[in-house]
Amino acid sequence: MDNRNNINQLNNKGEVIGVRPGSEAVQTDKKEVKLPAVRERQMVQVRTAEEAEEALINRPKPKNVTPLAMQKLTPKDIPVFEDTPERREKLQVRKKRHFKRKLRDWGIFTGYLTPSLAGVMVFFFLPLIMLLKTSFQKSPTNSDFVGFRNYERVLTNEAFISASQNTLTFALISVPLAVILALLIALLLNTGLPGKSLFRSFLLNPMMVPVASVVLIWQVFFSYNGVVNGIAAKIFDSPEKIDWLKSSYAQVVIMLLFLWKNLGYNMVLFLAALNSIPHEILESAAMDGAGPLKRFFSIKLHYLSPTIFFVGIMSLINSFKIFREVYLLTGDYPFDNLYMLQHFMNNSFTHLDYSKLSAGAIVMCIVMIIIVGGLFFAESKFDSDVEE
Amino acid sequence: MDELTRIERKKQATLARRHIYTETKKPETFITSLSEEAREAFFASEKKRIELNLRKRKITKGIITGLGVAAAVLISALALVPIFFTFLNSFMSSEEIVSNYNVVFQSMSGHATQGATYMSRMPVLKLIPEEVTIKQYTTLLFMNPEYLFKYWNSIILTLPIVGGQMVVACLASYSFARYRRKRREILFFSYIILMLMPFQVTLVPNYMISDALGILDTIWAIILPGIFSTFAIFLLTKYMRQIPSGYIEAATLDGATEWQIFTNIALPLCKNAIFALTILLFIDYWNMVEQPLVLLTDASKQPLSVFLSQINEPELGIAFAASAVYMIPPLLIFFWGEDYLVEGISRSGIK
Repeated sequence: MDNRNNINQLNNKGEVIGVRPGSEAVQTDKKEVKLPAVRERQMVQVRTAEEAEEALINRPKPKNVTPLAMQKLTPKDIPVFEDTPERREKLQVRKKRHFKRKLRDWGIFTGYLTPSLAGVMVFFFLPLIMLLKTSFQKSPTNSDFVGFRNYERVLTNEAFISASQNTLTFALISVPLAVILALLIALLLNTGLPGKSLFRSFLLNPMMVPVASVVLIWQVFFSYNGVVNGIAAKIFDSPEKIDWLKSSYAQVVIMLLFLWKNLGYNMVLFLAALNSIPHEILESAAMDGAGPLKRFFSIKLHYLSPTIFFVGIMSLINSFKIFREVYLLTGDYPFDNLYMLQHFMNNSFTHLDYSKLSAGAIVMCIVMIIIVGGLFFAESKFDSDVEE
Repeated sequence: MDELTRIERKKQATLARRHIYTETKKPETFITSLSEEAREAFFASEKKRIELNLRKRKITKGIITGLGVAAAVLISALALVPIFFTFLNSFMSSEEIVSNYNVVFQSMSGHATQGATYMSRMPVLKLIPEEVTIKQYTTLLFMNPEYLFKYWNSIILTLPIVGGQMVVACLASYSFARYRRKRREILFFSYIILMLMPFQVTLVPNYMISDALGILDTIWAIILPGIFSTFAIFLLTKYMRQIPSGYIEAATLDGATEWQIFTNIALPLCKNAIFALTILLFIDYWNMVEQPLVLLTDASKQPLSVFLSQINEPELGIAFAASAVYMIPPLLIFFWGEDYLVEGISRSGIK
């Protein structure tokens, strides 16, 4: 009953969905049903209540109210647009307008991008192509094709090998340390300590300090006659001193500097991620009797995994930039196990061996793309695993 | 009549329902089984027990938070010591510093290998200077024109890069956020890879192109690649993609041009991110060492960061003040915009 009434009303208003306005099916309905409804409304106002009731009971049944879905549409109800020249013109104009709008959109957004794209092309992409070219040449001026000889020269170069070894070991040790320590500190600060934001800003402070200003302090602490050796001598009473920056401990000193600078940044990232963990889940887990360790390993770690990846990538990138600190602390030719890739590049500049240099840069570029791409791939795969 | 019977029935039903409640007996429990005195005694003992438990829990919680605070204090002290150390030492007189730390730098410059003459001596680590003077600063700022030149170099390199990169990045990231087609996404991904490239890779191309353009050994060799660096674009695009599309649609319906949408909707909504990025970029470029080292062979054009590392025995007296003055602008910016910075960093990790 209700349904039929509804359809009836729709027909009254002429709002029939599914049939184009103007087709015959709609128009006939409109005329037949609309008129009695209007007449009745006028009559009801005059009649008494009983009469009105009677009228309501004996109201005329609506005609032609087959539901819309069951209405059979004859071919003449479906509008057919004839292929007249007027219409063709109209269509063409519309097409043109659409194309113009699309072009304008594209033009606007490309216009916004142009300055950046031009700059990046000139200063990054173009030089990379030049680099690729010179890496296969005998020298930048002598454009004889020498194949992979430059790469051979780089990859067999002892300095290059030891430099890449040093860089890799540094990254392999310091990146996990940076991630884990930052996570621990973030967890500590997230337990509801008083003055959390104060500690956060204290820890973020080292990030703001230029390396050049801190280097002096690091020298005071870690040089042969430095403070650390002095304190060690006082405590252990041993005459032996370690020359921190010129021994196998040199990487430890640089690692300390790296951690000191980067922990704050990583910690802020972790804090944000910890805050975004839904509170209800943690609470219900606690109600069910999950201890803090259980809660950490089976809930928090799950939500933190994308952030851990992100922090790992950022730390890796930063660990490749460690040359700055090493250079400022120890100069062009540091102790053997501090000789980083950037030292190799810098010192090759002074020898003006550009083809070797460009081959080295290409090798590093490829390695970086592999590392970063692998990390992204692993992350996406891990993410999809987690979602399942 | 119907109405009346219905009301009657309703009344009866409610009465019946009430009876159920009144007639149910209270169940026999441990507490009801006790006599009144015993019950009161029992309640009192229970109260005491609960109070004790609560107090215990409070104490253990207090101890744990105390330990946490202690750990946090320790860590932040480790983080802050070098900064404080620099500032406090910068107020010492030059003679005091030389007498305190000369040993350190003599061993640095290779004398220590010659013999055991310095073995017995130790540097004196002092936090509070014997006499507080600003003599270091005055000699540094008024008698040492070289230092001021280097400082000016740092400023003139950093500010254009930060400003330029922000302008370029705002435009480009708006484009990346609004117009998302497949080819654009590929371009964006290549931008990300460029951002992640360490200096080792990008420096050589930089050198070659600035050599080709003839801007080597001028400040433009550093400023121009800096302006077009893609770091800011990456983060800003992430932000701009979070703008609800409804805002932009509403503006287009009201007849706003693209430029109006950009300046009146996109930029104000990304204000925080822009501030945060400006701070991050400022630190990054205030800190730079690699680019000037390779691209500026002329020592007089190099910024202070390179110069500071070359401070040695002769300038030891003013070294701490020099470090402190170099440290001040980023620290001031940090104190001004810490909240922006924290928000910017933390949103950069969320996808």
